[in-house]
Amino acid sequence: MGFLKRFFRSRAAVQQLPAGSVAVDRNGRVVTYTVSSAYPKELLRDIGQEVLSLFREARAAQMPLAEVSIHFASLHITARELRGGAIIFLFPQAAFSPITTRPRL
Amino acid sequence: MEIRHKILVLDDDVDWLNLCNEMFAHLPSKPEIRTVASGARALALMETEPFRLLVCDLKMPRMDGLQVLSIVRRRFPELRTVVLSGLEDEEFRSRAYALGVDLFWLKTDMQANSQMFLDCIESLLGRDMEGGFRGIQSKSLMDIIQMECLSRSSTVLRITRGPLVAKLWIQNGELIDAETEGARGEAAFLRILAWKSGTFENLPAESGRERTITRPVNALLLESAQAIDETADSVEPGSIEQTAHRKTIWKLALLTREGAEFVIVVPPEGRGEVETMGTQPSEPLAKWARRAVETAKRLGERIEAGPLSHVAGHNLERQMLVLNREDECFLVGWPPNVAAGPLFEKSKKLVSSWDS
Repeated sequence: MGFLKRFFRSRAAVQQLPAGSVAVDRNGRVVTYTVSSAYPKELLRDIGQEVLSLFREARAAQMPLAEVSIHFASLHITARELRGGAIIFLFPQAAFSPITTRPRL
Repeated sequence: MEIRHKILVLDDDVDWLNLCNEMFAHLPSKPEIRTVASGARALALMETEPFRLLVCDLKMPRMDGLQVLSIVRRRFPELRTVVLSGLEDEEFRSRAYALGVDLFWLKTDMQANSQMFLDCIESLLGRDMEGGFRGIQSKSLMDIIQMECLSRSSTVLRITRGPLVAKLWIQNGELIDAETEGARGEAAFLRILAWKSGTFENLPAESGRERTITRPVNALLLESAQAIDETADSVEPGSIEQTAHRKTIWKLALLTREGAEFVIVVPPEGRGEVETMGTQPSEPLAKWARRAVETAKRLGERIEAGPLSHVAGHNLERQMLVLNREDECFLVGWPPNVAAGPLFEKSKKLVSSWDS
């Protein structure tokens, strides 16, 4: 068994979910964040850009939104529009975590 | 014998008239096409010849397109109307829709999507008189009443159905009186609701009108829906118009019972038409809903967040929820004062019983 372990080292198969907040400017650049530094920066940037595109397209549809939230089975994302940029809150949904859908701002 | 419908094209640009003439000549139903360069000439021609469809520009000297359309609506209520304009201002679009046009196309869009435009024209030519109230794109009467009530407006709706005339008095979004064929109050309102087609116009509000209807409009809509459900078994089968009417009533009753403002059912791109209930058809909103689901799904896959449940958004005027069901998505609009907590469950309930 020890012999096999040399070749097949255990590796985390699942990406850790981000928790905390991210602020992005109007260009999608991450300005500041409280998410663990172990979380890939490019994914944080992706989150910021996709959220900004939701706000942008809502404006284009003549329906500017102040807040957008995306609810996945294991993560809730709530974003508040900030002069073209956004502050984004990320809430991983663990089995026993309290249901938090809106940040207390 | 196959009927050749007539199309009248009105535009002050002669080159554009020639272009339209050439394009419409390729329509499968081979309609007869007449072109005119002034509103006055168009109206004179319509007095002498029966037309099926009027394609009208907006910006024209002397009599503009909106003026022509407002006259057409009164004098030729059965005529289908299409606005083909270069004016991109949304105000013109809403004013044209308020005048009851069937379609509004920008000239640039028409040139870019000429085949789709021709399909729309062909569909308008072939469409027989269906149920629905002309005034806002053949909406049901319930839609119209709902829109007035939701927008908290004060108005008098004058509804005409052949020789029958009815009036509904709406004060600050509340239905206060109704009158038709000698009946008044709730009895008159329930009788008017049974009308499946007609025309309507908004008259100025009458502030001193005596109130005869005290129950909220939602309750009356529900009562009407129940009455129709109860009599459904005795209704002769096969009437598509009747079935569509019943469905509309049922959906509106559902909407009002849950307290939602509107529902937009968005099919996948290029597959079917967007269905709207409780609001005017809005392609940009439908597009946003579709894009929101696509964006969220893409993001969810990238960050491994699990399946998408829903997307929500709000501003000072309303709250919205986008739910994905199989391959179509539902955009449900709610008033801002509804508690955000149970919105998802309420929207899910509404969507699950939408087609029941």
